[in-house]
Amino acid sequence: MSRLRGLLPWVVPLLVLIIWQAGSELGLIRATVLPAPSDVALAGWRLLLSGELLRNVGVSAWRAGLGFTIGGAIGFALGLLNGLSDLSQRLLDTSLQMVRNVPHLAMIPLVILWFGIGEEAKLFLVALGVFFPVYVNTLHGVRSVDPHLIEMAGAYGMSSRALIRRVILPGALPSVFVGVRYGLGITWLTLIVAETISATSGIGYMAMNAREFLMVDVVVFAILIYALLGKVADSVTRLLERRCLAWNPAYRNA
Amino acid sequence: MTVDTSVAPGHVPGPLSRPMSPVGVGGGAALPVRLQGVVKSFGTLTVLRGIDLTIPAGQFLAIVGRSGCGKSTLLRLLAGLDTADAGTITIGDAARRAESPVRLMFQEPRLLPWARIRRNVEVGLSGRGAGPQAGALAQEALARVGLAERAGEWPSVLSGGQKQRVALARALVSSPGLLALDEPLGALDALTRLEMQELIERVWTAQGFTAVLVTHDVGEAVALADRIVVLDGGAVAADVTVDIPRPRQRGDAWAAAIEGDVLRRLLGGASQTTNGLVSPSGALPVATGPQA
Ligand SMILES: Nc1ncnc2c1ncn2[C@@H]1O[C@H](COP(=O)(O)OP(=O)(O)OP(=O)(O)O)[C@@H](O)[C@H]1O
Ligand SMILES: [Mg+2]
Repeated sequence: MSRLRGLLPWVVPLLVLIIWQAGSELGLIRATVLPAPSDVALAGWRLLLSGELLRNVGVSAWRAGLGFTIGGAIGFALGLLNGLSDLSQRLLDTSLQMVRNVPHLAMIPLVILWFGIGEEAKLFLVALGVFFPVYVNTLHGVRSVDPHLIEMAGAYGMSSRALIRRVILPGALPSVFVGVRYGLGITWLTLIVAETISATSGIGYMAMNAREFLMVDVVVFAILIYALLGKVADSVTRLLERRCLAWNPAYRNA
Repeated sequence: MTVDTSVAPGHVPGPLSRPMSPVGVGGGAALPVRLQGVVKSFGTLTVLRGIDLTIPAGQFLAIVGRSGCGKSTLLRLLAGLDTADAGTITIGDAARRAESPVRLMFQEPRLLPWARIRRNVEVGLSGRGAGPQAGALAQEALARVGLAERAGEWPSVLSGGQKQRVALARALVSSPGLLALDEPLGALDALTRLEMQELIERVWTAQGFTAVLVTHDVGEAVALADRIVVLDGGAVAADVTVDIPRPRQRGDAWAAAIEGDVLRRLLGGASQTTNGLVSPSGALPVATGPQA
């Protein structure tokens, strides 16, 4: 019974696949619009054998990881700083919020002018996109730590380092995680756009390249890979979240 | 700050009351407290207008008063969370305070939800350089409040009363010389309250710290305290000695008489003494000993 329950979320995707496959076999869906799932799988298999798949996935994952780390680290550090220091917040927050209103993807032409189509352009865009959600949520998390707990820690003579490590950071963590998951979503979105517009490697490039040769199956496969990578990143974050926030009943068995 | 070992004028130890030893069993030394002309205002609102109060080391003092009369404010001053606008507060001397600190127990447990119970108790040792001993000390304090076997759990799984016991353990772990309690039992049900009162009395007897308990419940004050101070209009309105031997019996006629008297003073009916001096031979049945 419990094993059946575990399978329940997969029923709908499986059904969609079956209908899709059947539709293709019966000729209801034209292969030039949407190839059959089996053809997409075959295309993936070919890409895997040629080594193209792993190379491009590796490049994309590397860009995502590095860009996310840079943007996330800066966002976290500034969020923490502005959360802890009124002076710093007054100095920086308004400026940062103003820049936030510029959609980072609108910067693509400018970024191409600055960096060409090199790696820096992609990393810059990803980092820029990730920065804001992580910054805003870290700031919010630090600011919303229960002041009663901070007062308690002070009354017990906790040093400011211990206060940050044992009270403020753990208190802000749930909010930081919200920022991280939001940032991960932006990472993949940014990468798809950036790799499609200007790249010579990566999954997006693979898809654009296939489009020129009308290889619809490869295009569809690339889209699925993006979805899969996004899902993997989200699952890892969820796992981390559940481990780090085990104290919170809301996360204990979600 | 000066060493203050004087005894409050209003306090006359009864024949059977606990001897006022300044040295507690738990290793800490009880701290004497003296407040002189303490004034505290928030903006235009003067909450405390000249509090004079002397608490001998090891005494159990209860403070009662209307809501908003400044009881919490007074405790926060004692705990050093706020500073007085005028007057002086002397709590033992610096050396003794370093050894046996002032601790405040809040109305809410204020546990860190992300730290296991034992780690929460270890917070009580912050900045005291307990080092590797911290875990063992915390475990011992937990045992004292009867929660030794819950040390590895998260606070969220505990009941309200258990959380307050953890908060008590956190306050006790550093062997306080003065423990200020700000209505710590206010949110508990009647039975849990009684258990907590017994627990507080037990640890106070064992560790011998000076205790200052703010409470809305006059019965609780009579059950626990050596002395009850009524706060009104920002000053000490009455100072009543509770000379009932321990262990005390709930609901005996003696306690009821004192409770009735404190309640009358609380409601502003009885004549108000200026510096809270109520002679044991006065209207209160405190001089002749218990009748029960
Ligand atoms: N930080 C503050 N800023 C402004 N006013 C304050 C502050 N703290 C307390 N007050 C005011 O001081 C007065 C006394 O507050 P306090 O909390 O000491 O009352 P209390 O006797 O503890 O009341 P209760 O029994 O309801 O807890 C109240 O009128 C309150 O509004
Ligand atoms: Mg209060």
